[in-house]
Amino acid sequence: MDKVLRDEKMVVRVSINGTVVEDTVEPRKLLSDFLRENCGLTGTHVGCEHGVCGACTVRVNGKAIRSCLMFAVQADGSEIVTVEGLAAEGRMHPLQQAFSECHALQCGFCTPGILMSSVELLEQAHVPDRHEIIEMLSGHLCRCTGYKGIVDAIEKVVGDKSQ
Amino acid sequence: MKPAPFDYYRPSTLEETLQLLTEFEEEAKIIAGGQSFIPILNMRLSEPGVLVDINQLSDLEYITVEDGYLKIGALTRQRTLELSSLVQQHVPLLSEALPFIGHLQTRNRGTVGGSLVHADPSAEIPLALSVLNAEVVLRSTEEIRTVEIGDFFLTYLTANILPHELLTEIRIPSANILPGYAFVEFSRRHGDFAIVAVASQLAADQDGRIHSGRLALGGIDAVPVVADDAINILIGRQPTDELINQALELALEDADPDDDLHASREYRLQLARVLAKRALLTAYERALKRR
Ligand SMILES: Cc1cc2nc3c(=O)[nH]c(=O)nc-3n(C[C@@H](O)[C@H](O)[C@H](O)COP(=O)(O)OP(=O)(O)OC[C@H]3O[C@@H](n4cnc5c(N)ncnc54)[C@H](O)[C@@H]3O)c2cc1C
Ligand code: FES
Ligand code: FES
Repeated sequence: MDKVLRDEKMVVRVSINGTVVEDTVEPRKLLSDFLRENCGLTGTHVGCEHGVCGACTVRVNGKAIRSCLMFAVQADGSEIVTVEGLAAEGRMHPLQQAFSECHALQCGFCTPGILMSSVELLEQAHVPDRHEIIEMLSGHLCRCTGYKGIVDAIEKVVGDKSQ
Repeated sequence: MKPAPFDYYRPSTLEETLQLLTEFEEEAKIIAGGQSFIPILNMRLSEPGVLVDINQLSDLEYITVEDGYLKIGALTRQRTLELSSLVQQHVPLLSEALPFIGHLQTRNRGTVGGSLVHADPSAEIPLALSVLNAEVVLRSTEEIRTVEIGDFFLTYLTANILPHELLTEIRIPSANILPGYAFVEFSRRHGDFAIVAVASQLAADQDGRIHSGRLALGGIDAVPVVADDAINILIGRQPTDELINQALELALEDADPDDDLHASREYRLQLARVLAKRALLTAYERALKRR
């Protein structure tokens, strides 16, 4: 059993975008704040901090989750991927490319979260249809784009993948 | 830092967990998926002294069929339940209800047990399990208690569970699962909490007469409303518009929905009529096909 008293800190060891990171945190530190403040990964945005907007979505052990609804200590031992982990060798991920081409972002506040949920959708066994994409997007608020560009961008990558 | 400071315990066995709950009683709060509780902590609506994190109890994540029950471990993630072929095959009603809960991203973490103990009056899992007449298993260091779902929800956000108890299992008796089913709901946007949700189960005989059924409505009272009287009107008959209307008047007779930000009392009642009719008719059609 692990036990940490309120004014103590606990060691957290996680793999983030393939790199092992170790730090000590208070148990009440949210994963979103850990990523931004302890790891300097400010690509993970923080909007509402109660699970509604989706801006803070990252992948933990392959699953898209709200990083504002998880404590950093709960992620101990897991593999995390943030938006910074999408591009490989200086080349954008196909989704990032498609977002750019389809004008799927304006201010970009919601974009990292949406990308992280979309990657999970792409990795499913079956090819998601437009309806499924929209349903996934219900977990994200975008105040700029009206969503059409976002759906188009994801559909484009799904289509390319299925060919 | 958003939440107030707390002592954090992460037990790795059921025994350790129950010990902690007995030791700390009211001072401790359990955290499962955190999808309802962490927002509460972030907003400092609650400042518990001790947090008991049960996420290491992987023994509580399972879905099995045995001894005439479909059994679900309390820590099973909502997304796992949604995608389970065992559930699709045995209790399609549950599979139909799950996509309505929040979003894929919250279902990846939210648990079945957490949703029950949270006891939101318009939550989908409590409603679906009410129409299935499920049982929940509560454990403490002292005893194991089995509670029928009809006795589990006490009022808004309050369930029949003591501070030193842990919900460990949900059991759906196979005998309670009827061939015709439907889960329908209306919310402002997909993934929002339901304004009204309705779950129904029916079975029909060779002549299309209803011989058993259940109906449960969510969002119209402090707990899910199970309308057995309404179903009794339909028993032994083929459902007509008139008969259904009559049944629903009875079902809603005692309902006491609140006016709130999302909908007025009258609107909720009207919505309940429309959705309940839809649920009954869909369940009936399916019951006829699966006679
Ligand atoms: C944006 C958003 C939208 C949502 N929409 C919906 C919706 O449409 N419908 C819906 O039903 N829910 C919705 N929810 C809530 C749902 O996601 C939660 O998963 C669920 O209500 C609680 O489950 P949890 O595992 O996250 O529990 P937690 O948040 O960890 O805990 C909830 C409560 O249950 C207690 N608890 C948890 N597990 C146990 C146990 N095994 N034994 C005893 N006590 C326990 C905790 O102490 C706490 O009081 C939404 C949440 C968000 C963030
Ligand atoms: S910041 Fe996490 S969902 Fe809005
Ligand atoms: S691009 Fe501005 S919020 Fe989505």
